[in-house]
Amino acid sequence: MEPIRTLRSRTVVLAASDIDTDQIIPARFLTTTSREGLGEHLFADWRYGPDGAPRADFVLNQPQARGCSILVAGHNFGCGSSREHAPWALTDFGVRAVVSTQIADIFRSNALKNGLLPVIVEPGAHRWLIEHPGAEVTIDLDSSTLRLPGGETVRYPLEPFARYCLMNGVDELGFLLEREAQIAAYEARSAAA
Amino acid sequence: MTAPLTLFEKVWRSHEVVPEAADAPAVLYIDLHLIHEVTSPQAFTALRERGLRLRRPDLTFATMDHSTPTRTEQVFGGAPISVEAAARQVHELERNCEAFGVELLGLRDARRGIVHIIGPELGLTQPGKTVVCGDSHTSTHGALGALAFGIGTTEVGHVFATQCLLQRKPRTLAVNVHGRLSAGVGAKDLILAIIGRIGVGGGTGHVIEYRGETIAGFDMDARMTVCNMSIEAGARAGMIAPDETTYRYLAGRLRAPQGEAWDAALERWRQLPGDPGASFDRELDIDAAALEPMMTYGTNPGMVIPVGGTIPERAGDPVFAKSLAYMGFAPGERIQEHPVNVVFVGSCTNGRLSDLRAAASLLRGRKVANGVHMLVVPGSQQVKREAEAEGLDRIFIEAGAEWRESGCSMCLGMNGDLVPKGHYAVSTSNRNFEGRQGIGARTLLASPLTAAACAVRGRVTDPRELM
Ligand code: SF4
Repeated sequence: MEPIRTLRSRTVVLAASDIDTDQIIPARFLTTTSREGLGEHLFADWRYGPDGAPRADFVLNQPQARGCSILVAGHNFGCGSSREHAPWALTDFGVRAVVSTQIADIFRSNALKNGLLPVIVEPGAHRWLIEHPGAEVTIDLDSSTLRLPGGETVRYPLEPFARYCLMNGVDELGFLLEREAQIAAYEARSAAA
Repeated sequence: MTAPLTLFEKVWRSHEVVPEAADAPAVLYIDLHLIHEVTSPQAFTALRERGLRLRRPDLTFATMDHSTPTRTEQVFGGAPISVEAAARQVHELERNCEAFGVELLGLRDARRGIVHIIGPELGLTQPGKTVVCGDSHTSTHGALGALAFGIGTTEVGHVFATQCLLQRKPRTLAVNVHGRLSAGVGAKDLILAIIGRIGVGGGTGHVIEYRGETIAGFDMDARMTVCNMSIEAGARAGMIAPDETTYRYLAGRLRAPQGEAWDAALERWRQLPGDPGASFDRELDIDAAALEPMMTYGTNPGMVIPVGGTIPERAGDPVFAKSLAYMGFAPGERIQEHPVNVVFVGSCTNGRLSDLRAAASLLRGRKVANGVHMLVVPGSQQVKREAEAEGLDRIFIEAGAEWRESGCSMCLGMNGDLVPKGHYAVSTSNRNFEGRQGIGARTLLASPLTAAACAVRGRVTDPRELM
């Protein structure tokens, strides 16, 4: 995984609350056996019309969304299924951070494992971001802050271990594999019990 | 003296390989890893890429359910699977399980079924175990007093390689349910009401423990229905303390401990219920006696009202308005008597024997209304056999419903069992998200009893009218 320290981008806004994983990537695209290429199907049922053509009224299809890597979404983003295809589709599309007031547990965990930053901000800052699509913001990991265009910064919670992994490009599996001795000892203990 | 602990805390503590610290999550040991065809291929690829072995194939168990066909001729008759990519995924699972030595219930195996139905059914799921699966409805297994939660595919790879996960300890929420449910109201109505109350994000960051005399009086099927939908409230796991009902259910099951091992297990299990005075981060009380048959009207499971109720008004909420527009409903409208096109009875929420019995009890001697397509899909092949032994299949078929082989089927439509665009489907599954059962499909979640009543009348119906 590539280390991430800061992320600077214009935002793209999807204001709906409770955006579920079936919207992010509908089930019919889950028959893939690889991680690649899912960006094409991101938000498929919102993005394409019945004829398969991109809908001009959907924000991700509009020219100002091009190159934006920060998605600002309504409350409780990513609820629903455990499909990691959701963060795979987002990162394949070019999204590197999702900003909301609440992000569902499994989605958040999956996002962190794919270098997709879950950023939870308080309602005031969130409202401002929703109302100002295209705002240029900077997300800094070291200080756990998001800087608004006016220079104002808001803090967001980031679990210290997740931050360490993101900033150093460490993957959790390596960390777990190094715990082999403790795992073996645990197994010996439980077998004896 | 040690502080009193909740059921969750006891299971968590006994699985800490390394306890959590300020700068690192806990290393949590996993006793049972269930896998299926959709969320495992990329995890097997990760093992191969890194040259790793699967650490404990003996604690790993595979089934196929999400994209498998439910038509008998496709399962047993060699007819081609309708969705080609789904067939590929099934074959990939077969290859992977073979290569890594994982026991797999293949398409024609008599024990096959939806992963959350077969875990308990085979006795693999047991009180006090940690159970994970690359599937959010793993919360179902908590009904037996296990700590069970869904994980993503990267984490499936972690468990393959190390039998462990890195986890921060969640908070706890007690849902205390008191009083008697009235006739026609069941576990599905209860959990829908709970989700309606706390919202689809209300349980985020928490493990729910369902308690109280209403829960204690439930059989295992009903308990599983409740725990199953914990994720629909945002909670990763739901748990119910094991008791005599749990032990009676498990005794004699294929993979449950036998003989002396059973006695030893029972002794351990009896220690699991929360200690008197153990405290939760949050508590919620529910009066079961006040509940009515429930049905969703919107595009998430928290948008739910009594079948006889009225869709609320939320002026100035564009998301709510968009959801109602998708459903073809208006604020202030009643859903009762609304025409229904499709009825689906099945899924890991309501695909067990008692669910099929409930639906059959209303269909006996009646017909599915003209123009309504009713699909009944048992949760496992064992459920199917048991239902057939009681003659439930005849009741469904004679009423005009289709009787299928087990699988997820129309719950998510990956295998081609889809609700047509714009159609209203009363479904006993767990998610009414936009497009969940097919592009443009409009899902109304309800209990098996309510679903059967709607099938008979071809309209949204309170099941008590037909009882
Ligand atoms: S029945 Fe539905 S919710 Fe349950 S595991 Fe299958 S797809 Fe998921």
